[in-house]
Amino acid sequence: MKDRIKILRENSLNTKPMISHQRAILLTEFYKSKDISDYSIPVQRALSFKYILENKDICILDNELIVGERGQFPKSTPTYPEICLHSLEDLDILDSRKKISFGVTDETKNIYQEQITPFWKGKSIREKIFEEMSLEWKNAYYAGIFTEFQEQRAPGHTVLGGDTFKKGFNDIKNEINKEIKNLDFSNYSEAANKREELKAMKIVTDSLITFASRHAERIEEIIQTETIPERLRELESMKAICQKVPAIAPQTFWESLQYYWFIHLGVITELNPWDSFNPGRLDQHLLPFYQNDIKKGILTKEKAKELLQAFWIKFNNHPSPPKMGVTAKESNTYTDFSLINLGGVKEDGSDAVNELTYLILDVIEEMRLLQPGSMIQVSKKNPDNFIKRALKIIKTGFGQPSIFNTEEIILELLRQGKSIEDARNGGASGCVETGAFGKESYILTGYFNLPKILEITLNNGIDLQNGKMIGIKTGNPENFSSFDELMIAYEKQLNYFANIKINGNKIIEQIYSNFLPVPFLSILIDDCIKNGKDYNSGGARYNTSYVQGVGLGSITDELTSIKYNVFDKKNFTLGYLLNAMKTNFQGHETLRLKLTYNTPKYGNDDDYADDITRKVFEIFYNAIDGRPNTKGGYFRINFLPTTSHMYFGSVTGAMPDGRKAGEPLSEGISPVQGADTNGPTSVLKSAAKIDHVRTGGTLLNQKFTPQILSSEAGINGLMYLIRTYFKMDGHHIQFNVVTAKTLKKAKKEPEKYRDLIVRVAGYSDYFVDLTNELQDEIIRRTEHENM
Amino acid sequence: MQARISNIQRFCIHDGPGIRTTVFFQGCLMNCWWCHNPESIFYNDVNAEKFSTKYTPEELLDEIKKDLIFFDESGGGVTFSGGEPLLQPEFLKAILKLCKSNGIHNTIDTTGFCNKNVIEEISELSDLFLYDLKIINNEFHEKFTGVSNKLPLQNLKYLSKNDKIINIRIPLIPNITDTKENILEIIKFLSSLNRKHKINLLAYHRTSAGKYEKYNIENKMKDTKPTSEMKIETIKNEFFSEGFDVKIGG
Repeated sequence: MKDRIKILRENSLNTKPMISHQRAILLTEFYKSKDISDYSIPVQRALSFKYILENKDICILDNELIVGERGQFPKSTPTYPEICLHSLEDLDILDSRKKISFGVTDETKNIYQEQITPFWKGKSIREKIFEEMSLEWKNAYYAGIFTEFQEQRAPGHTVLGGDTFKKGFNDIKNEINKEIKNLDFSNYSEAANKREELKAMKIVTDSLITFASRHAERIEEIIQTETIPERLRELESMKAICQKVPAIAPQTFWESLQYYWFIHLGVITELNPWDSFNPGRLDQHLLPFYQNDIKKGILTKEKAKELLQAFWIKFNNHPSPPKMGVTAKESNTYTDFSLINLGGVKEDGSDAVNELTYLILDVIEEMRLLQPGSMIQVSKKNPDNFIKRALKIIKTGFGQPSIFNTEEIILELLRQGKSIEDARNGGASGCVETGAFGKESYILTGYFNLPKILEITLNNGIDLQNGKMIGIKTGNPENFSSFDELMIAYEKQLNYFANIKINGNKIIEQIYSNFLPVPFLSILIDDCIKNGKDYNSGGARYNTSYVQGVGLGSITDELTSIKYNVFDKKNFTLGYLLNAMKTNFQGHETLRLKLTYNTPKYGNDDDYADDITRKVFEIFYNAIDGRPNTKGGYFRINFLPTTSHMYFGSVTGAMPDGRKAGEPLSEGISPVQGADTNGPTSVLKSAAKIDHVRTGGTLLNQKFTPQILSSEAGINGLMYLIRTYFKMDGHHIQFNVVTAKTLKKAKKEPEKYRDLIVRVAGYSDYFVDLTNELQDEIIRRTEHENM
Repeated sequence: MQARISNIQRFCIHDGPGIRTTVFFQGCLMNCWWCHNPESIFYNDVNAEKFSTKYTPEELLDEIKKDLIFFDESGGGVTFSGGEPLLQPEFLKAILKLCKSNGIHNTIDTTGFCNKNVIEEISELSDLFLYDLKIINNEFHEKFTGVSNKLPLQNLKYLSKNDKIINIRIPLIPNITDTKENILEIIKFLSSLNRKHKINLLAYHRTSAGKYEKYNIENKMKDTKPTSEMKIETIKNEFFSEGFDVKIGG
């Protein structure tokens, strides 16, 4: 790593995230100016975007090769009062909370008090949403049955496609003009609406060009005072690039990176979309530029690497916009979920791994940054070497890249009705979400607490946390004569809450469509221009709304425990179990251990438990999949938690699998923490028993100590694990190489880490079974091996 | 017919090629001081019952077949270890036949301590042997393993002569098997065989100390420190310079 990159990287790592009020002021100034009411809402939004980009501070740091910041400097994070208006109390919390805090200056607080709050109070989307939601919705929301992604952040969840790299914004403007010309005013109101949207699109296209040229002007100023000849030459190049892109299509590697970066800033300045934005298949998009530059002799591999590193730092400079309340709990991270995709297949179905794939993997390994996230798409056509290279990065224990199954992603997309080309050009973004890149709006709407619904079912509709009736009456479960009766009651409760969630989201979709169109994001995603329709109104080629199931492992073990202990083995009555749960197993430790250790569990390739996983999957799938949204698309399911399994656990009481009140739920489709005692092949077999193809993504975590990856046999072993899981249509797997800290925890709380396998020179054992002395030795060695 | 199985461990990557499921038989007639699975030594007594579960060949096959898709993908299979798998030969033959008819690659991890007819019959059905070679000096062998090395050496010669695929596994036990004298004798013995088999040097480590404590079994090696990496490297070079394909670890 060159010194300049080191400096920029350190700067990015050490800068504390701050709240910047600049965007909020500019937006407020714009909306206060009297004459805007003459404009349609899309045009108002476009003009506010233009106003912000024309007036916000331009930040260019020493040593930078790729320029542009969303805020005034790295980690300076704007707010979006049109969506979520932070109160002074909110700002204090952001400033003072221990985790994921943002510094707030007194100046910012004053400006909020005097200008921002008075203007936006009562106007924000968040307030509109809570006004429109039903009592049933609110009951379920506050009980922790589900969360709502769009209450503080705009719909985003999309990724740039390859076509955008082949054109400049002048070309896009031509496309827009053509559509305006072709409008058919025989259907007047439709054509008029389209004209407003297209006008807005044209404005934002120009705005980004202006924004880039402001960077060129600022660079020119820097040039006036720069004395080092080498940097001067660089600055001249940078100036020329900013004068060219995004107006004109990029032609070099450097131009293409800067081009994307301006686009990225446009998207995250227009609004605060959940999953900031993402260049997607980076090794595919950049390859022609890379090859062409190398051939021409204007780029070396080293220089390309340095540019990519500079590009990486840009992502890390941009933390996720501040989140509050439930939204902070469900996604407690600075990560803004840009997930770089590598590998996979090309549009024609052939192996897409190329020389740039490996170069980008080098960059990921060297940069070791939280953002951007990275993943490899593994196709059966990709070489083993590609997987092994990635595993050698995973071995260093920083959780990247995660691993995805290309063929399964394609099957998911085809099942949802996408064309084969769109499917092959797709991938996964965010955590594990499948999408047709450049062509789909695939909105996550919120997490859905599968175990909590069982708790409600076991109490005949009542939430034990506050004694409130929030579900429906499905009968006193103590009177159920069979396990099937319980499953029927669970299904009824789940359907009830799924309906509330979906009905709520249909309203929220329309609130965004009516009040917050995103013309800038719309010019990037096909076929918004062609349809003359906004991204938030169904302008994209495909429009999908997801509900994310959480706690699949937990709900399986809970139901399995009741089936096994109450109905099949008749170890005790359901009444007895429910009473013990009400006391949080106090005085019932023997029972709790029986539930924990002597009851079948998901994750062990045991059909007794796994059949129930399949049943829950079908119930959840039938409740959601295929129901129409308001954008011409459908609701679908996927399984990922971010950090919601912690939040959902905190609002869920003691459960029949021996889990105590408040403890985390299982995450993704992983087994309950420590419940898989049969090794990783059994976990994968269990996880593959649900039909991944009928989801929009599933998340599976596996823990290993770094020793397993220290030998070639270990690397090969994991590679075969991946290949086999993918042969079984598994969607995603992530290997968490555990840290010494985790091992220390495992030593203290063996019950939760029964699954942790340690491999030492060809011999393996469960970590919790080792002597204290040897546990300590492995902890020491892990500290040494983890970087 | 049933066998006593002490453990079935999946995703084993050092017990033969590919991803393997290792089946540990209960019971061994040797009593090596350094045994990694001391609970699996007990044979035909109450302890043997305590530490094992009974399987019919068909039940065991069902367990093995669960990971068939991993075997197919990785070129793996099943490894029979122990304890000593050759101590329950009728059962072993039955399960080997079932594996064959299901296309599952098998490996036998053995001390070779069995009668000649057993090794002859089993070798007809096996794909690969992981064959322990400990001490050549018989007096020491008896002292540290409890039995004579006559049968293991004789059986190894037989397998080698009949062109069986064999990986020789040499546990490097500090001051017991890793002595200069023993290593030289092993090299001499192995050089006398039909061909130069692959060699794995398995360093002693204390991973199993927890089991000795947990099950209250006397641990004669309690305070032993593992052979130094430098010494292991020296031993490896000795085999290498004699033309052996030698590897540290399984």
